[in-house]
Amino acid sequence: MNDTSTLKPGHIQGETGIWEMVIGLEIHAQISSKSKLFSGASASFGSEANRNVSLVDAAMPGMLPVINEFCVEQAVKTGLALNAKINNVSVFDRKNYFYADLPQGYQISQFTKPIVGEGEIIVDLDDGEQKTIGIERLHLEQDAGKSLHDQHPTKSYIDLNRTGVALMEIVSKPDIRSPQEAGAYVKKIRSILRYIGACDGNMEEGSLRADCNVSVRKSGEEFGTRCEIKNLNSIRFIIQAIQSEAERQVDILEEGGTIDQETRLFDTSTGETRSMRSKEDAHDYRYFPDPDLLPLKFTESWVQDIKEKLPELPDSLKKRLVKDFGITSYDASILVEEKDYVDFYQQAANGRDGKLTANWMITELFGALKKDNLSFSESPITSENLGELISLISNGTISGKIAKEVFSNMMKSKKSPSEIVKEKGLEQVSDDSEILKLIDQVISDNQEKVNEYLSGKDKLFGFFVGQVMKLSQGKANPGVVNKLLKEKLK
Amino acid sequence: MSEILDLNLVEATEALKHKKISSLELTKAYLKSISDTLSLGAYLEIVEDKAISMAKESDKKLMNGTARPLEGIPLGIKDMFCTKDIKTTASSKILENFIPTYESTVTQNLWNDGAVILGKLSCDEFAMGSSNETAAKGNVINPWLKNKKMSPGGSSGGSAAAVAARSALAATGTDTGGSIRQPAAFCGITGLKPTYGRCSRWGIVAFSSSLDQAGPLTRTVSDAALMLNSMAGYDQKDSTSANLKMPDLMDYLDKGIKEKKIGIPKEYTQDGISEDIVKFYEKSIDWLKDEGAEIISVSLPHTKYALPAYYIIAPAEASSNLARYDGVRYGIRQEASSLDEMYELTRGNGFGDEVKRRIMIGTYVLSSGYYDAYYLKAQKVRRLIKEDFENVYKKVDYILTPSTPTTSFELGKKQDPLTMYLNDIFTVPASLAGLPGISLPVGLDNSGLPIGIQLIANSFDEPGLISTARVLEKNAGFNFIADGAAK
Repeated sequence: MNDTSTLKPGHIQGETGIWEMVIGLEIHAQISSKSKLFSGASASFGSEANRNVSLVDAAMPGMLPVINEFCVEQAVKTGLALNAKINNVSVFDRKNYFYADLPQGYQISQFTKPIVGEGEIIVDLDDGEQKTIGIERLHLEQDAGKSLHDQHPTKSYIDLNRTGVALMEIVSKPDIRSPQEAGAYVKKIRSILRYIGACDGNMEEGSLRADCNVSVRKSGEEFGTRCEIKNLNSIRFIIQAIQSEAERQVDILEEGGTIDQETRLFDTSTGETRSMRSKEDAHDYRYFPDPDLLPLKFTESWVQDIKEKLPELPDSLKKRLVKDFGITSYDASILVEEKDYVDFYQQAANGRDGKLTANWMITELFGALKKDNLSFSESPITSENLGELISLISNGTISGKIAKEVFSNMMKSKKSPSEIVKEKGLEQVSDDSEILKLIDQVISDNQEKVNEYLSGKDKLFGFFVGQVMKLSQGKANPGVVNKLLKEKLK
Repeated sequence: MSEILDLNLVEATEALKHKKISSLELTKAYLKSISDTLSLGAYLEIVEDKAISMAKESDKKLMNGTARPLEGIPLGIKDMFCTKDIKTTASSKILENFIPTYESTVTQNLWNDGAVILGKLSCDEFAMGSSNETAAKGNVINPWLKNKKMSPGGSSGGSAAAVAARSALAATGTDTGGSIRQPAAFCGITGLKPTYGRCSRWGIVAFSSSLDQAGPLTRTVSDAALMLNSMAGYDQKDSTSANLKMPDLMDYLDKGIKEKKIGIPKEYTQDGISEDIVKFYEKSIDWLKDEGAEIISVSLPHTKYALPAYYIIAPAEASSNLARYDGVRYGIRQEASSLDEMYELTRGNGFGDEVKRRIMIGTYVLSSGYYDAYYLKAQKVRRLIKEDFENVYKKVDYILTPSTPTTSFELGKKQDPLTMYLNDIFTVPASLAGLPGISLPVGLDNSGLPIGIQLIANSFDEPGLISTARVLEKNAGFNFIADGAAK
């Protein structure tokens, strides 16, 4: 029904007109901390069930939380990286509800006075455009444990390893207008978190999850009623879930119905969202300040110290890459997506052709890794070796064509390019006399074509170049071949 | 009759130090007292073997000259303190099988200073009550007018009864709105609630986190000083613990009160105070005046709002603090077909009426739509009450009040919760302000029941509180022993 080809992303064509999506995200980012937010227990992932549980985590009688200062510092760092206001006084509140994997019967969170206030980030969209998205707040909170319902026919098992692990909840303003923008926003947040080391951003392990608030409206109208899709753990699911939820809402509204404000879950097998609990069933969390904890108080100078220690962030790095290496803004935005990419690129491109390095890294290396199903950190090609390859091309030792052959060999053998070139004798031939020999051979083998060329069939020039290259097994320097052929066939 | 029981805590430490008695003798005498006074119901758990072995350890230290401040002193511990390998129930059915794997900071401090544990003392369930009648295991009987079965007060009723009955040389208590001072007053002993933050709350079953504070129940003011010396101290494990060193309180016993100013708040002389208490309150004022203090009439204008504010804040915090008793990890569990039903049955059967009442009040006052009208307003009142005290302490050094409006009452006589709540009318304001207070016995009423007087000091002025209380104690010369005490 929808003619999506002419629609902008985030727009849905209905019977009554075009609908626009309004999206806000709550990202839960696990702080990269050795221990939990309020206890000394380990926060590591993948331990045997209930191994990382302290008396505090298990909410034994009389146990008290003590704030992990490292986590506080990470939240402030993140706030600064999000260009946000740091609140010099913030308060921990208790969010009360009963669940078997919530030992205290409440989650310690921050409600009215979060550690970080309003901020904003710039996201890069696929069409090369940029968009500023507002940050509403960032607060610290404890993660809950895990209920396992599939271990026993009648019982549920509880794993408290995650209980009390430190999370930052980063709440966006409802500035996002398409699933793609939402994806770009999450990517950008993840990238920033990784740059500053506050969160590893690992979505598979649950270190980064998002709740998406989605509503639809006709352009220019007030915001519609929103639904919250809980706990999405990949960018692909975020995009799918938002699209499907928005379409569901449009269908209801077009049929004259109304949207119930509710919490929904995304079913990855059907690609659709389903109701989890309605507004009537919504918890009354009875927030109140946690009397076991004092308010967090910072001095201006402490915040300033953290600010000065912040590493260079993607936006500024991107500008610097364009300026220093002469690459396009688009290439730069891809390279700064991950701290590892930039580091790799800067090492490989150092003192070399920046543009050529960017091309090889983005097109060849990323492509090859994807084809071989390897992550960037598993790359068989090091930054030194890619840099060396760029040098071999730039100084004419090998041609671009040979370079591709060398590259695929590097992917397999992990050897350095000069080693491969030497072993296989792939050095480019640029010596005039050697190339002239080849040209003479080609001319004598193709006398008829030479005559045709000389009588005006200019198109045949390419054929002679190809024949010479072929004869040289690709090693001849194409520039030199061109030049000499032109002279020879005058 | 055992003379050893006549020794108060300070005297006993002296006798032990000079090897006139051994800790084993002393501990055995108290274990015998416990069995002689079992009918009072003060003890929930008696740890005879542990007591004996700790006493023997202490005797070794006393012999080899490495004795610590409380070496060999047998104590009773309120059941709100978690004690390693010893059942800790907070007098609640829901924790009837709970044995902690850890020791509360305050009790650990006592053991580190050489004290000996006799057992765990009854209290109101989760320290919620003023008569010890909410204890799951039944009433504790006040040793005074034993046959009339009077209330020992609460919530530290077992602690007060045990000290008065001489079945513990001293005891620990916790005070949230008067839970040390009121039972001390009812049982004719001394009860000290320190400044909030003086004693670590780590390992104490939480009732109301912003109010709970541990303190000693003892026979004398000096005993209280010696106990608090050991109990108090900064603890990194409690974020609300005060990082302040407390001076040795024993240095302040005889400082006197010359030229000190004593405030008499006009709001504390209201209708409903028993005549005998008024009489002894006036006597106390005279004693302090005679000892050189200046008596000044003061006003704490928001006093009348203290009780309502307290009965919002404390239940609010309690409703959240008690959520952890859910049958999932420890304590009793009532099996059921769903998680919600398991919660309902476990908590429905595990908690008593008063605890349920406060959980419901607390849940209500924190609910959306009611939060501002109740909880937030109560917090504002609390700040005003604090300011009342701050203003008064610009003019005076200490405040003198009765500890309770009446002396002890017969068990089972006060059924109405609101009347019961009025018991704490003189103790609650200082709790809300976090101030240190002490109740000490100054006389008997016409029926022979002890009367307690309360002194309230400024924050962290426990030393001055001790000096002043000692003056009052000397003048009162209270040397009566409960008829139900061990002989």
